[in-house]
Amino acid sequence: MNCMHELALMQGILDVVTKNAHSYGLRRITKIKLVIGKLRAVVPDSLEFCFTTLKEDIPLIAQGELEVEIKEIEGSCRRCSHQFLVEGYRFRCPQCECTDVDIVSGSELYVDYIEGD
Amino acid sequence: MQIKLVSSILGVNDTLAAANRELFREKGVFVLNLMSSPGSGKTTILERTIEHLQHQLNIGVIEGDICTARDAERIAQKGVPVVQINTSGACHLDANMIASCLEDLNLDELDLLVVENVGNLVCPAEFDIGEDMKVMVLSVTEGNDKPCKYPLMFRESRALLVNKIDLLPYTNFDMDALEQDVRGINSAIQIFPVSALKDEGVEAWCQWLTQLVRRKREK
Repeated sequence: MNCMHELALMQGILDVVTKNAHSYGLRRITKIKLVIGKLRAVVPDSLEFCFTTLKEDIPLIAQGELEVEIKEIEGSCRRCSHQFLVEGYRFRCPQCECTDVDIVSGSELYVDYIEGD
Repeated sequence: MQIKLVSSILGVNDTLAAANRELFREKGVFVLNLMSSPGSGKTTILERTIEHLQHQLNIGVIEGDICTARDAERIAQKGVPVVQINTSGACHLDANMIASCLEDLNLDELDLLVVENVGNLVCPAEFDIGEDMKVMVLSVTEGNDKPCKYPLMFRESRALLVNKIDLLPYTNFDMDALEQDVRGINSAIQIFPVSALKDEGVEAWCQWLTQLVRRKREK
């Protein structure tokens, strides 16, 4: 199940990268930097595997490497505005115990930048 | 040369989902995205829900499966319009799949559209399809450790149906621990313990759902 998840995401990533590479006139991608929040339950090794498998068929990306930055989950308390690191998926403010918490970071899923020539 | 993109990987999907959502708003149809692992009882819950509500609401169903039309056949027997999507491998439904099958449903005649997603606890929560709310099912035989293992779906869902409660005496499922873990992830979530097979607890879920459907209709 996990691999299918990463496969679908990697297909989306490579679509985004390919489109942008074309519009910026790049002929070779050397690096793709992703930012993914912990809430996304993405397994980096699995993502890397899907990347290696899929890129073989895309000459533009075949030589490229992948860097993944995983973002911790950060919450912001709606009552006291305290910002804190959410550990063990417990969305509870450590300052006032309130459970009404907005997610500030941790659900990211984007291509930060691409490098190429 | 480095090119800063910061483009969302789900960007295309999100745009299509917004278009679906606008169409549903225009038609006054409440759309429910029903998610769970395979075998937790989504289709049986849907059958019971239809039986309870079909005299009050016009219900339509979109069935998502990797292959076969078995679930759609079950739902069709209840006498409601149903469209089957076979994803041929994909582990979730996306906004484009929903958009492309909407012409097979008469939205003008529907109050409630239930989309039964592909059985999977991870991917369906990632892909917005334009729904009004996500609801998930967890069955007691899956164990009460799932919220901590797959938090995103629990975080994104407005309601959780805990199904197969008739099997509680035969498992080590800890309902209190489950509630505590789920509320830790999502303090606003509604929890409905049900047995779809025995038709227990389904009425409370249906009443809650009806209120939301009516509220959208009145807007």
